[in-house]
Amino acid sequence: MNAPSTGPRLSPARALPLHVICIVVGLSIVVPVLFGVLGGFKDNGQLTTNPFGLPSPWVTENYTDILGSMGFWLPLGNSILIALASTLLVVLASAMAAFVFARYAFRGRELLFTLFTVGLMFPFAVAILPLYILLRELGLLDNPLGVILPQVAFGLPVTIIILRGFFRTIPPDVEEAATLDGCTPFSFFWRILLPMARPALATVSVLAVVASWNNFMLPLVVFNDPSWWTLPLGVNQFRGQYAADTARILAYVVVSMVPALALYILAERQLVSGLTAGATKG
Amino acid sequence: MDATRITAPANSTPPKSAALSPGSQRRARARRRNTLIPFLLPALSIFTGLVLVPIGLGLYTSLFKWNGFGGLPTNFVGLDNFVRLFGDEIFLGDLRRGLVLVLLSLVVQLPVALGLALLLNQPLRFRGIYRLIFFAPYVLSEVITGVLFTMVLSPTGGLVNQIFDVFGIAGQTWLSDPSRVLVTMFFVVSWKYFGFHMILYLAGRQDIPPELTEAAMMDGASTWQIFRNITLPLLGPTIRISVFLSTIGAIQLFDMVWVLTGGGPIHASETMAVTLFQYGFRRYEVGYASAISVTMFMISLVFALLYQRFVLRRDTEGAVTRTGDIR
Repeated sequence: MNAPSTGPRLSPARALPLHVICIVVGLSIVVPVLFGVLGGFKDNGQLTTNPFGLPSPWVTENYTDILGSMGFWLPLGNSILIALASTLLVVLASAMAAFVFARYAFRGRELLFTLFTVGLMFPFAVAILPLYILLRELGLLDNPLGVILPQVAFGLPVTIIILRGFFRTIPPDVEEAATLDGCTPFSFFWRILLPMARPALATVSVLAVVASWNNFMLPLVVFNDPSWWTLPLGVNQFRGQYAADTARILAYVVVSMVPALALYILAERQLVSGLTAGATKG
Repeated sequence: MDATRITAPANSTPPKSAALSPGSQRRARARRRNTLIPFLLPALSIFTGLVLVPIGLGLYTSLFKWNGFGGLPTNFVGLDNFVRLFGDEIFLGDLRRGLVLVLLSLVVQLPVALGLALLLNQPLRFRGIYRLIFFAPYVLSEVITGVLFTMVLSPTGGLVNQIFDVFGIAGQTWLSDPSRVLVTMFFVVSWKYFGFHMILYLAGRQDIPPELTEAAMMDGASTWQIFRNITLPLLGPTIRISVFLSTIGAIQLFDMVWVLTGGGPIHASETMAVTLFQYGFRRYEVGYASAISVTMFMISLVFALLYQRFVLRRDTEGAVTRTGDIR
């Protein structure tokens, strides 16, 4: 992204209404989340009698119970495993394909590339049913690969498009020099191109992690066995199990938000550049 | 596959190595093919196996009456599932509700996102923090957002009704009233996604050369004139893409609905994806559910093609497409 427009700050009289708008919008985002965070520290009685104030007394057992049970850590671990494996595979497979699309000409290249880009336009939901049948026939239900591999497949288009764009910007001289020094295409790809593409790889990795982390529909149909459930399934299940215990559900929701928000703080830059690049190039 | 190494930008025609004998040219080609295939194979095989094959399989099973069990379906019914689909009140309702969601997005969510993007483009103190907050809901999953909002909107002790109570307004049933649930759901969806559209607009806005607006200001153009005649037209490509993504998003909306309302009450918030899921995974009418899949697929395809043909066509590469600007 280019540098935002700079220049002198607005005069207070002009800035004030803008701040008011921003604060109102900001509150509409922060207040529901804060309602969750504080609600988790209340019991259900306090939630009705004292919805806005600070908890009194602070009830910590909603949070400590969740953090002390496998009902949170197991789905968290599964989500991490599935996100990392999906990301690694989709980035590797896409980088290899994008390398060819960016730097080789061959008959049918544009057709093949278009095939991948068309994949970008289709809602995942249209494939869920046949995908489920296919995974069942392959024996991949209740198997993390049953979620990982389809996520890789559906992540390929955007990853290939972004990486191809980046690989094209690396001057051909670099590759010529490497070839003269005896680099094979594979060693050029592995030892020179990938290290040079680190920023782009970080961008597409963040996109892939977020997509995997938030996926619900696919794990919902693939995992019958609770020991493979990911965090979104855990949240949904917990909500059903403790239907009347609002405070406890709020605590679980809040705890589940933490990893995603932490990733956001760390990788906001990559996420933004990935989303804008993915959207404008698709 | 005829592989030829190229050096210049990827679109230029491959140079012919005239000096080489035909035999060595053929060998060189074979060698290049041996290089290319292993690089393309993983992506191509996964994409074929798990995107193209399922789409084909869905097309096939949509022609059968099938409960989804035991190998492949045998009870061929032709287009019966589709005939049934277009008389299915729930599905026709899905189409109507989808349209409502898209229209609401066009007239509420996207203009708000655009306004905020332009606002955050001003030299305003704390704008970095504002942007960080506005965009944050995007990283929360629809499930987490949905569960949080079932609590926020709960008729008993929910945040919204408590706030209403402070102002002396009677509490409402946000999610269990068929006449209100769709609009309520739209606001929850927008809560999560307006930041995404704002980020797109912000990126598009920052690509407009500042010289243009500065020159217009020097010529005495008003803020409105600058917006109407410079900012808006130059943001055109970004807006068109954001409209496209928003529409595709509405077509496939599932997680949020499933968690917030399950599509109810009495289908008042149901979407195509939810109907598909109900028939396919709850009622085991897999043939019929496949017909819904195929129809969703066709709607997306026709929409994407028409949109490409008539709307995005004007946006030549380079208008917003900044090749390789990823940092």
